[in-house]
Amino acid sequence: MSRIAAKFAALKAERRGALIPFIEAWDPDKDTSMALLRGMPGAGADLIEIGMPFTDPMADGPIIQAAGKRALAAGIKVRDVLAMVQAFRQDDQTTPIVLMGYLNPILSYGPERFCVDAAAAGVDGLIIVDLPTEEADLLLPFSDANALDFIRLVAPTTDDARLPHVLTGSSGFVYYVSITGITGTRTATAQQLEQAIPRIRKVSDLPIAVGFGVRTPEQAANAARIADGAVVASALIDTLAANLDGDGKALPGTVDKVLDQVRTLAAAVRG
Amino acid sequence: MNSVPGINSLRTGPNDRGRFGDYGGRFVAETLMPLILEVERAYYEAKDDPAFQADLQHHLTHYVGRPSPLWFAERLTQHLGGAKIYFKRDELNHTGSHKANNCMGQILLARRMGKTRIIAETGAGQHGVATATMCALFGLPCTVYMGATDVERQAPNVFRMKLLGAEVKPVTSGAGTLKDAMNEAMRDWVANVQDTYYLIGTVAGPHPYPAMVRDFQSVIGEEAKQQIMQAEGRLPDAAVACIGGGSNAMGLFHPFLDDSSVRLIGVEAGGHGIDTGQHAASLTGGRPGVLHGNRTYLLQDDDGQIIEAHSISAGLDYPGIGPEHSWLHDIKRVEYVSATDREALEAFQLCTRTEGIIPALEPAHALAHVIKLAPTLAADQIIVMNLCGRGDKDIFAVAQHLGVKL
Repeated sequence: MSRIAAKFAALKAERRGALIPFIEAWDPDKDTSMALLRGMPGAGADLIEIGMPFTDPMADGPIIQAAGKRALAAGIKVRDVLAMVQAFRQDDQTTPIVLMGYLNPILSYGPERFCVDAAAAGVDGLIIVDLPTEEADLLLPFSDANALDFIRLVAPTTDDARLPHVLTGSSGFVYYVSITGITGTRTATAQQLEQAIPRIRKVSDLPIAVGFGVRTPEQAANAARIADGAVVASALIDTLAANLDGDGKALPGTVDKVLDQVRTLAAAVRG
Repeated sequence: MNSVPGINSLRTGPNDRGRFGDYGGRFVAETLMPLILEVERAYYEAKDDPAFQADLQHHLTHYVGRPSPLWFAERLTQHLGGAKIYFKRDELNHTGSHKANNCMGQILLARRMGKTRIIAETGAGQHGVATATMCALFGLPCTVYMGATDVERQAPNVFRMKLLGAEVKPVTSGAGTLKDAMNEAMRDWVANVQDTYYLIGTVAGPHPYPAMVRDFQSVIGEEAKQQIMQAEGRLPDAAVACIGGGSNAMGLFHPFLDDSSVRLIGVEAGGHGIDTGQHAASLTGGRPGVLHGNRTYLLQDDDGQIIEAHSISAGLDYPGIGPEHSWLHDIKRVEYVSATDREALEAFQLCTRTEGIIPALEPAHALAHVIKLAPTLAADQIIVMNLCGRGDKDIFAVAQHLGVKL
């Protein structure tokens, strides 16, 4: 069983959903980012999503755009994201790691080589924002061959007729983009989620995580209860950014501030 | 006219996945995917609907001012001493550039789809002005995203858009140019999927935009073909156009793709020179990748991060190019060359003095290549160049480059 499947099975036994915090790799620098990643499981992260910086993140709002910019300024390359995961895996064999990013850096690295190296580093799944099902054959053969889960995005605009098509060949979990919009802007209501999630359950047995617009402990708890997991990204990066100095550099205590917030979110998700 | 392509035609693309060879496609987030498919369905229905085509024709004739003339640039021809040079005068369109052809087509489509809000990206402001104009004509609210750098260097067009009732949103991310404006327009679209139509200005973006914009711009080449047959009784030896995203070039080239005797030459913006790295020549200096919904040649670093383009012309300042151009480059049907900022400035001045036409800095790049090409050809050979925009918007920038204070 994959690490992702094992984790969701274990959580099901605990009768609770997953907290999936997001960090942008090397935001604002390598060491801070690594310290955050290492601290996440202890603070209550069930799975971790790592953002792969890209110059043109079309689905992201200003908060994650700024995070990507800081990371790129720190000099991060695709290989450095994989190295982060490899370093993390030396101490943690159970927490699933999902990479989220855009296609071009992966194409540039080489789709096959990327999947081979990501699997070897200990990555469990991939979310590629600008790779819809229609174009998935660019990556799917290689992610399959290397046992990486290819996690699909489902949006409010994905209608019932399209849903089965979108989920063809998906694995790991389904990522429900709960709003029409970019990251960190709007928030779906519990009522909207209660209508949307059963729609996906009808066509897929995979666990469902809700992302985009999950900010507060209450929202995370709702999302994790109605679906199977909550992804929190912009709210954590907001905290990180608020605890940097004037030049965007980390301060003593920056990491703790973010991890404290993860603890609060985890407590809410665990009820 | 060869409007019905045969089996071996180069004019049949894209395929049902929106690909021209390996290029094109639909690389967008799932939120947008259903919309892209809706635009595709609606466009192909409209394309086959005689009523839509008649409506478009009516508006192109009586509002845009088509057909545009084909002008024999006699003094320029004499000055350069070589091939006869003809200008396809798309700068005479309403709003001053070829952009009106596409905007008219897409606004009629948006209305047909029942969309009530229009968004667009713009570089030089030509597409923004054309979009704002059509929105004024049809009473639709319009938001134009424009890089903050471009807002500064194209102030007259910004004011025009505002006069036309559009909201101009300066984009400060990245270098504040066309690429960043397009990112921001896509972010707007994703957030306003229900009522908003994204009116893309060039032959790039996810399928069906590259094909649709090309179709709307092909009126340039169709007319030019007819006009040169009338004037000279034969096809030209070369057709030349500048390329940013590549819509005016695609519009000129497409009707000639199957005429193998016609050399097709696309001129990219060489900026400070290809070897300086400060340019916007994606085919000459880039490699294939995925950005803004399509796979195409891009300026990018070794790690797949997009590199900012540079050009004196805001309309060419884009690190990508339409996917059909990438394919035509690979199969070598079209020759792609570049002209530098300096060469474009010289061509700008030459055109103004010899023909009494102030060209936009964009077609000044095409002209810079014509200046090199014409003297190498015989006096009975013919070049058709697309003079795709007028230069009134550029006089302030040109004055600055020439060290003149206005």
